[in-house]
Amino acid sequence: MSWRDEKLVVDWRKVAKAPGGEEIYELFIGPQHPASGHMRFIVRLEGDIIVDVEPDIGYVHRTMEKLAEGREYIKNIPLFERATIIDSNNITLGYVRALEKLLDVEPPPRARYLRTILSEINRIQSHLYGIGIAGIMLNHSTVFMWAFGDREIWMQLAEELTGARLTHTYSIPGGVRRDLPDGFEERFEKAARYMLRRLEDYGKIFLYNPMIRSRYEGVGVLKKHEAERLGAVGPNLRASGVRYDARLLGDYGAYSELEFEVPVQEEGDSFARMVQRVEEIKVSIEIIRQALKKMPDGPILAEKYLKLLPPKLRERVLKTGRVKFPAIFANLRPPPGETVARVEMARGEVFYHIVSDGSPKPYRVRIVTPSFRNLVLLRLLPREHRFMDLLAIYGSLDYFPPESDR
Amino acid sequence: MGEKANVLIDSLVKELASLAEKVERAREDLVVVEVSPDKLVQIASLLRDRGFDHVASVEGIDRPKEEVIEVVYQAESYDENLRGVIIELKTKVPRDKPELDTLIDVWPNAFYMERETWDLVGVVFRGHPELKRLLMPPDWEGHPLRKDFVVKEEGIFVELEG
Repeated sequence: MSWRDEKLVVDWRKVAKAPGGEEIYELFIGPQHPASGHMRFIVRLEGDIIVDVEPDIGYVHRTMEKLAEGREYIKNIPLFERATIIDSNNITLGYVRALEKLLDVEPPPRARYLRTILSEINRIQSHLYGIGIAGIMLNHSTVFMWAFGDREIWMQLAEELTGARLTHTYSIPGGVRRDLPDGFEERFEKAARYMLRRLEDYGKIFLYNPMIRSRYEGVGVLKKHEAERLGAVGPNLRASGVRYDARLLGDYGAYSELEFEVPVQEEGDSFARMVQRVEEIKVSIEIIRQALKKMPDGPILAEKYLKLLPPKLRERVLKTGRVKFPAIFANLRPPPGETVARVEMARGEVFYHIVSDGSPKPYRVRIVTPSFRNLVLLRLLPREHRFMDLLAIYGSLDYFPPESDR
Repeated sequence: MGEKANVLIDSLVKELASLAEKVERAREDLVVVEVSPDKLVQIASLLRDRGFDHVASVEGIDRPKEEVIEVVYQAESYDENLRGVIIELKTKVPRDKPELDTLIDVWPNAFYMERETWDLVGVVFRGHPELKRLLMPPDWEGHPLRKDFVVKEEGIFVELEG
């Protein structure tokens, strides 16, 4: 039973009607870690053919939108990064950008470059995580070990920059928390050379291995017009031939001042989605390299907040490159109003809508994470495939339950 | 944003002015449209035909002081000229009877977002074929993102009986 519909793109009434009868076998997978996080699949099979997959999510729902209404603005930054701790600077950057628009403050140029560098480090290690998990789903434990091992060097770079391996809390309204440590450029170059060499090894043992190719090629095809109408985001969208990336809009970070090409694939199948992630790692390395070269000198916190610090402390902050929060941060009061912001995370675009009523706590914060937007693909793409293709498709979509559940 | 996008958005704003209650270009890349619930499907279809063919978000905002729940749809497009632009469609439903027609036939990717909005805010989408709990457990009562929702606290100690 096809989900594709000429006029509606998806005929949801047909899809939502669970097929029953004696010939249907219902299989429950999860919620204890079917692969990368807590969620459950209710799979309905006819023989070996999938007739319906119902992703049952919410097992790691932490009511973040509700919790955010009860906290001061600044305290929501460490809260939201826990939605996707492997991509934490990117997810909080969306919130920080929205907050900056409400407060009418812009980060200084050096801070924009530093944010870009950490965002791309996050992107690389998140893609490595995705490739590793996709590998283990096809029982390829070598690439799982390799990718998780190589992720370590990027986490160490992030730790040097921010002081934390995963929960960086690096971007704050009006700037960033720490300046670049000495000798970072050399250590990054070493990591970049190593990574590019390793990506070729990955290709030989995993991606271009005939066994793996035959599992991925032609499986779970998402056509271009479907990707557009279903609002797919991130590598899953670009693997279907749409050259859209929130980084190209250029209203955050230093992306508008850097030269880079966003890769696209045409096929839209699982293989294209995996290739897309590898290509994006290469682009991210190039972006960091350029950003390190072009980064201007200067303060890392906006003048508006810097001048609120006592003179002695301000001098120390400027000398050591470690920001102390001005007291106003405990009680930020944006004027009443609404704003939206979006940022390209590793898995796609994150969307924030903040409603402020003038009090120190937000009235409403709406977060739409990329995995939540890709959930429709998880429902639709495995249909009419063989059961073993479910994990190939799931792995290639790089779906991350904690991010989707918030 | 290019000149072409500006022209497209300006003509769209004019077109919407007669149908909607209020149209405002809040920012260069943000148009806020307030509509009454009965015109929602018509305006959403018009937006889809003009290129805004999927939603970035569907959400409910509880406003107990005004006795309404505000439902907000943010439509966007991957079209080369229109990318980055958001059309914010706002409608208000009474708090004691929050009902709207579903938009899954207009914007297919609103499917899970409408389900989530029912789950967390309690807006009923008429005609949605799978309106059940998404993030909360299936036996949950109430809608947590309502402002009057009280979080039941469990004691730290277990009281022993008998």
